[in-house]
Amino acid sequence: MATVTETRSVQELQAVCKQIRRHIVTMITAAKSGHPGGSLSAVELLVSLYFGGRMRHDPKNPQWKERDRFVLGKGHAAPVLYAILAEAGYTPVDELNTLRKLGSIYQGHPDRRFIPALEASTGSLGEGLSLACGMALAARLDGSPTRAYTMLGDGEIQEGQVWEAAMFAAFHKIDNVVCIVDYNRIQLDGFVKDIMDLEPLTDKWRAFGWHVIELDGHDMNAVNAAYDEAAATKGKPSVLIAHTVKGKGVSFMENNPKFHGMAPTAEELQKALAELA
Amino acid sequence: MATGTKFELKMGAATREAFGRTLVELGRSNKDVVVCDADLSKSTMTTYFAQEFPERFFSCGIAEANMVAVGAGLSSSGKIAFVSSFSAFLLNKGFEQLRVTAAYPDVNLKAVGTHSGISIGEDGPSQMSIEDLALACSLPGFAVLSPCDEVSMRAVIHEVAAHKGPVFVRAARAKSPIVYSEGTRFPIGGSHELIAGKDVTLISHGLLVAEAIRAAASLEAEGISARVIDMYSIKPLDRDAVARAARETGAIVAAEEHLTDGGLGVRIAQVTAETTPCVMEFAGVNNVYAESGTPDELLDKYGLRAVNIAAAARKALARKGAR
Ligand SMILES: Cc1ncc(C[n+]2csc(CCOP(=O)(O)OP(=O)(O)O)c2C)c(N)n1
Repeated sequence: MATVTETRSVQELQAVCKQIRRHIVTMITAAKSGHPGGSLSAVELLVSLYFGGRMRHDPKNPQWKERDRFVLGKGHAAPVLYAILAEAGYTPVDELNTLRKLGSIYQGHPDRRFIPALEASTGSLGEGLSLACGMALAARLDGSPTRAYTMLGDGEIQEGQVWEAAMFAAFHKIDNVVCIVDYNRIQLDGFVKDIMDLEPLTDKWRAFGWHVIELDGHDMNAVNAAYDEAAATKGKPSVLIAHTVKGKGVSFMENNPKFHGMAPTAEELQKALAELA
Repeated sequence: MATGTKFELKMGAATREAFGRTLVELGRSNKDVVVCDADLSKSTMTTYFAQEFPERFFSCGIAEANMVAVGAGLSSSGKIAFVSSFSAFLLNKGFEQLRVTAAYPDVNLKAVGTHSGISIGEDGPSQMSIEDLALACSLPGFAVLSPCDEVSMRAVIHEVAAHKGPVFVRAARAKSPIVYSEGTRFPIGGSHELIAGKDVTLISHGLLVAEAIRAAASLEAEGISARVIDMYSIKPLDRDAVARAARETGAIVAAEEHLTDGGLGVRIAQVTAETTPCVMEFAGVNNVYAESGTPDELLDKYGLRAVNIAAAARKALARKGAR
């Protein structure tokens, strides 16, 4: 049986997070377009999965049948996933700066035609949880220990399909699916509370029959613990309501709606890299 | 019709920009005009309307299906509702609602999709709308329009606001060259012959109108006289203009930033089959999803340039000659 990525200490994971953040800002600057804010807010949540031993996967064997699955519902945050896949050894690190360029494997949104290790082609918001439910059900049918993870944006969960999937997962007691809501409070046009407020959000998921884990999405210990709690929860699906900061780690991007979908300038990149040193 | 000399075009604003500005004009002259947007108002440019008429602007969040049906409800109650998003999300996520809440009961809903085609560039296929015309044209009773420049977009938006019935208007992200002079009229169901010609007819819409004009210039240098028609009204289609082109030039090239399946080209082919069968060639996205790249690179790679249209015209002429 294929090996599982080794577990690392919290300090080591935090160092990986910094490296991932440096990749994110560098590659988006090189591309001159892309989505830094929602990539930076998701770093700890994904690093725990891929490097903290929370997800069973093997970069040397990407098609390992019993691997855990990860679907990036909020596909525009592709840079964080690309940086992680590259650092994990799935794809070349030295090509990250070809992001969004013609012929690059690092397409604007996750594209399975270019990177087979991606579990889904996403970018049209709202589809991730449904896909993950299907993958989790397939594993159940196959008697496989596979768990399916998906990360959704807080704006993304305004899509009705997300709530159809939420109802579906609870009804079918899909306890091997984990939904992560990156609750960074900003979407494209501005703050979530001004576009389409979600509150009371934990109550909504609970009412839909989910086990709800609320946490600080940048606290590595809390993130690791949340995934462990989700894995131990049987009979119902689990959702992580992760409070995060859009643009986390780069002072001038933090909580700044402007950096939802705008690349830093070369000068801004230098400032960002200095902060992420 | 074309401004300046026959083939010379000056760059203008994006059609989405013209759409946003025109909504404000409509809002000022008609208090029944209301606008819904799904977290893309700064991209669709409905933000201008939102700023001036906040009480008549409804933020729907990222929930296009709900937005379309809410718009249909507003329109069913006497408002003139414009619902807007990227064309890909509006048509694909909102299709069932366009069908059952707008087309079927013949509701006065105005759906405007921006960022159409592959010229959105770097974001890639999930955001590219290349099926929208096929979908919209399949809806009974819908009028479907694809203006090519800021002048025609402004006129078309005024037309569709005055028109009673469901409408889909297609807008682009990229800036487009100015083809028309102010004051030109754009009735639903019409078309404009931009360049007269007798050997072959190039028919296009949206961003490819400018490419067709450039193709006509290069064909003229080879001694080929190409007629150029802007078929801004995809549905209803100007059947007379199509039949005349078929009869008088005997060869038609349809060029569009859309799948060749289900786009303007096949609609033209249906008319020629029913009226005056003629040789046809199709320039469009051919049964494939594109990828990330700059708009220019993608238009080159996927064959949506003047050179491709000119090549298709030569091929059509050769086939016409062999008949
Ligand atoms: C169905 C759909 N509608 C609209 C968009 C355009 N869009 C891309 S990102 C975005 C905002 C996403 O906000 P959120 O989910 O909160 O993501 P995050 O803040 O984590 O980046 C929008 C509206 C899209 N990609 N898909």
